[in-house]
Amino acid sequence: MDWPGISAASQGYWSCHVCDLVSRPEPTDPQPRCPRCGTRLHQRRPDSLQRCWALLIASYIMYIPANLMIMMETGTLISYREDTIMSGVIHLWQSGNPGIAVIVFVASILVPLFKLLVLTLLLLSVRRGSTWKIRTRIQLYRIVELVGRWSMLDIFVLTILAALVQIQSMATVRAGTASIAFGMVVVLTMFAAMVFDPRLMWDQLRKRTGHE
Amino acid sequence: MRAQERPLIACPQCDLLLREIELPPNGAACCCCCGATLYRNRPDSINRSLALALAAAMFYCVANAFPIIGINLQGSGNAVTLLQAVHDLWNQGMHLVAGLTFITSILVPALELGLLLYLLLPLYLGKVPVGVSPVMRLLQAIKPWGMVEVFMLGILVSLVKLVQDFRIIPGVALWSFGILTLLLAALASSFNPRDIWLQLDKDRDGVID
Repeated sequence: MDWPGISAASQGYWSCHVCDLVSRPEPTDPQPRCPRCGTRLHQRRPDSLQRCWALLIASYIMYIPANLMIMMETGTLISYREDTIMSGVIHLWQSGNPGIAVIVFVASILVPLFKLLVLTLLLLSVRRGSTWKIRTRIQLYRIVELVGRWSMLDIFVLTILAALVQIQSMATVRAGTASIAFGMVVVLTMFAAMVFDPRLMWDQLRKRTGHE
Repeated sequence: MRAQERPLIACPQCDLLLREIELPPNGAACCCCCGATLYRNRPDSINRSLALALAAAMFYCVANAFPIIGINLQGSGNAVTLLQAVHDLWNQGMHLVAGLTFITSILVPALELGLLLYLLLPLYLGKVPVGVSPVMRLLQAIKPWGMVEVFMLGILVSLVKLVQDFRIIPGVALWSFGILTLLLAALASSFNPRDIWLQLDKDRDGVID
């Protein structure tokens, strides 16, 4: 990649993130608004890197209790078990549901980890002014945006089971503390992906290649 | 129209400055630098989206009014609607989990359908609704948080977990959620915000002339 083209920002154009209109506000205007829909315009998402780092670090911290603490307590007349996310997956696998075990493993363990690692990579690469494999990186960013929501799967399963399986003393399911941390991880990483501005990566490329 | 006169557009993912091109029906314009989808041409988008939104609203009501699954164990049983499930979980002290489920599978889908109907119904009747800009802004902001399709997968995973220990009684809402998921996917692909803005520009220019 050596010709990233001309950026709207370099020509004084601002694009609206709601209605996509490209406009050229007065350079003296401190808070330009979109002439079509009135949305506050930003050339780049405000404080993108700082906000993304903050949300990402919070997600990393929450990721630890989410995986180590108890996600679900299951009690019947003859048995009682406490499951973390991983032990729940293993239990599913061993009880003859390998397909579902794989789905839960991907949604609850792989996807959150993938999001954390990719966002870290993106933030570090922008900070270092890297132009390395920019097309791969933007594709990774799109995947993160696309798959983030599917991590909510375990939260929904927990809601249904904990509400439904309440048959006196015969069978009960309770949500564990890990569910709070896990829910935070999902929400925080979704916000982190939203505040990250992929245009910053291309700004670095344009700066490097001397086009702007 | 000559290429020079066509409106400018900036890629939302790499900020490349481009000029719009004419698209064939169902075509999509992609950024030549980073490959992001810039805009789409969906024929008859407003009519189709309105039909899908109306159908989705009906199935949404059914999906929320009836129990999703019932379980039975040696004569004792339990069945819950989605709202009851959220309520029970709240009472068990799991406020964050209950809140998340409430927002992502009850509140946001309802808000999304309501706002879409508010926009599309007047446009279909040839009028312009009041406050298009704030409504579009709100729609864009809440979009990532509507997770009916993920909730549907959650129901299926729960079913597989439950079927080992209980007799399952599938509820009306189970099927409704399935259909709602499909309708919302079709709606997301047919609804084209660009058409709303173009329509608005056309009406505004009409007034000026």
